[in-house]
Amino acid sequence: MTQQAEPAVTTPSAPGPSKESDGRTQQRPLALRLLARPEVGVFLGAVAVLIFFLITAPAVRDGSSMANILYQSSTIGIMALPVALLMIGGEFDLSSGVAVITSALTASMTAYQLSMNVWVGVIVALIVSLAVGLFNGWLLVKTGLPSFLVTLGTFLILQGVNLAVTKLITGNVATDDISDMDGFDQAKALFASSFDVGGVQVKITVVWWLVFAALATWVLLRTKYGNWIFAVGGNQGSARAVGVPVTFTKISLFMLVGFGAWFVGMHQLFSFNTVQSGEGVGQELIYIAAAVIGGCLLTGGAGSAIGPVFGAFMFGMVQQGIVYAGWNPDWFKAFLGVMLLGAVLINLWVQRTATRR
Amino acid sequence: MDRSYSRSRRLAPVVAVAAAAALTLAGCSSSSGGKKAEESAEGASAGKATTPRMTVALVTHQSAGDTFWDIVRKGAEAAAAKDNIKLIYSNDPNAGNQANLVQNAIDQKVDGIAITLAKPDAMKDVVSKAKAAGIPVVGLNSGVSDWQKLGLTEFFGQDETVAGEALGKRLNEAGAKKAVCVIQEQGNIGLEQRCAGVKKTFEGDVENLNVNGTDMPSVKSTITAKLKTDSDIDYVVALGAPYALTAAQSVDEAGSKAKVATFDLNKQLTGAIKDGSIEFAVDQQPYLQGYLAIDSLWLYKNNGNYMGGGEAPVLTGPAFVDKTNVETIDKFAAKGTR
Repeated sequence: MTQQAEPAVTTPSAPGPSKESDGRTQQRPLALRLLARPEVGVFLGAVAVLIFFLITAPAVRDGSSMANILYQSSTIGIMALPVALLMIGGEFDLSSGVAVITSALTASMTAYQLSMNVWVGVIVALIVSLAVGLFNGWLLVKTGLPSFLVTLGTFLILQGVNLAVTKLITGNVATDDISDMDGFDQAKALFASSFDVGGVQVKITVVWWLVFAALATWVLLRTKYGNWIFAVGGNQGSARAVGVPVTFTKISLFMLVGFGAWFVGMHQLFSFNTVQSGEGVGQELIYIAAAVIGGCLLTGGAGSAIGPVFGAFMFGMVQQGIVYAGWNPDWFKAFLGVMLLGAVLINLWVQRTATRR
Repeated sequence: MDRSYSRSRRLAPVVAVAAAAALTLAGCSSSSGGKKAEESAEGASAGKATTPRMTVALVTHQSAGDTFWDIVRKGAEAAAAKDNIKLIYSNDPNAGNQANLVQNAIDQKVDGIAITLAKPDAMKDVVSKAKAAGIPVVGLNSGVSDWQKLGLTEFFGQDETVAGEALGKRLNEAGAKKAVCVIQEQGNIGLEQRCAGVKKTFEGDVENLNVNGTDMPSVKSTITAKLKTDSDIDYVVALGAPYALTAAQSVDEAGSKAKVATFDLNKQLTGAIKDGSIEFAVDQQPYLQGYLAIDSLWLYKNNGNYMGGGEAPVLTGPAFVDKTNVETIDKFAAKGTR
């Protein structure tokens, strides 16, 4: 529709130099160029899902319901951002789901067992999370093994360590309650508080999510580091040939995922006071799905930071929308799958239409 | 050589900063809570048997990191320590793998096997193999309707449906009109039976709600979403202690008037019952299940006894924990054994 209306306006106004081109680099209409961007498809998909639930589930129209959906989206979205950057850089991380729990367990147990201020635990957890990322990246770069294998290994190691170490140290499979310890309230304010917007309680993670997304977008589009990410994901060999520090870029991307895991882990710890060591399994696929729905290629080299924001929103929207709509809960997972596939297909169709000549 | 030297030179300041930070942090001890505040409590002890050492295998369908099974295992370990038994614990939520673990125990020629029957059909073959090898097998936790069919000598546990029915009756007494039953693992038979039991006796409406149990933030927002959609809900029934604690947060967040009841305990939950954020819990006494299963194998070997007379299961639940009796249970829960 718009694709047909727009050309009449944009093509004639194409500036002089392009007329001399041989046709191969012909400027394409603005609307099509816009639609060809990876995040536009997912934006339309997210809008479609939103409209669908606004119609079928009246409760979604309420402000506090939207705050709840945004909260759910933000806990996925904060992790989906570094996961997306890593994916643009040509790798992916299967250990990201359990790494969140590793971080939360580390912080909780360090603070509790040593009877320290909880901030000590928070900082130790940050170091551990970054170290896990460093290990993943270092092993990948040193051995040249595919990230599937390296991070599958870390995934299993962390899953076992989470359980075994927690049991060894606390004698239980869940950590002790740290809510009465020094520093807890400050940490909760930073990682897990909520604030009032026109009578609606909004979780602080929503703000962090958007701040991180803006930061990631800026890094990706405006900095040298952003170019490196695209370069190593596109073609590692030629990137190295033109002087891109491939090793540094890859390792730092894995460490960025570690940072994300730390942040989400701290949120979980300070909003629920204790952590169960078996949690987090399967979440890595949700992060990856949010990034892929957001237009990041599984093969690397393409994608954006804003796409995964909509990807995560779509996940949160569908997951909570099904409940708001009051559908039979047995169909829950199936609904989720159908809605997501539908959204991805819209995404794909929009991009195909837009890039067709 | 040169490179690694210069690298370590570059690392030196980093290490120094980290060490300095660690020293600074050492001053940051917490004045409240933490390990120091945790009282050192002695475990239950009843002397030690002088009977010859025997080996017993406990094979469950526990999935990793579940607080409930942790308590079962502690009960089993306490009985093993008392009875001079070497306990071999193994678990796998996949029924086929669980059967393999039982086969493994048979191959090790253990003196007794305790198993859970989450999927009885998958366990039929290995149970008959164990019997053929002369190894007594007892059941615990799940499989109350199948243990006799499979030829087990004893069974310790609660009937999930009966426990659900008890909770439903309790809701009637509390004057509840509409409840939501939160299932943290879609398709788990035991959980479905609990909700079905509630539905059977509860005179009001009850609806099931599936949540993603491996992701707490998602559990919280899903329950919040449900409470917001339906303001008539006056009871949230959780099927595990950690989920009940999260449900209480959801109730707060949704500004709902609903109360929270749950199955199973842990140490945070008893605190929540005390402060009133959770109304009551149905306790199937997992510690007792683990303890009795192991102890019964010792009694069987050394004195030929079997509890329940081989006819009836030994019920460990449903026992209610609420404000009236939480004080006595709290100190045991704090040790992680209730």
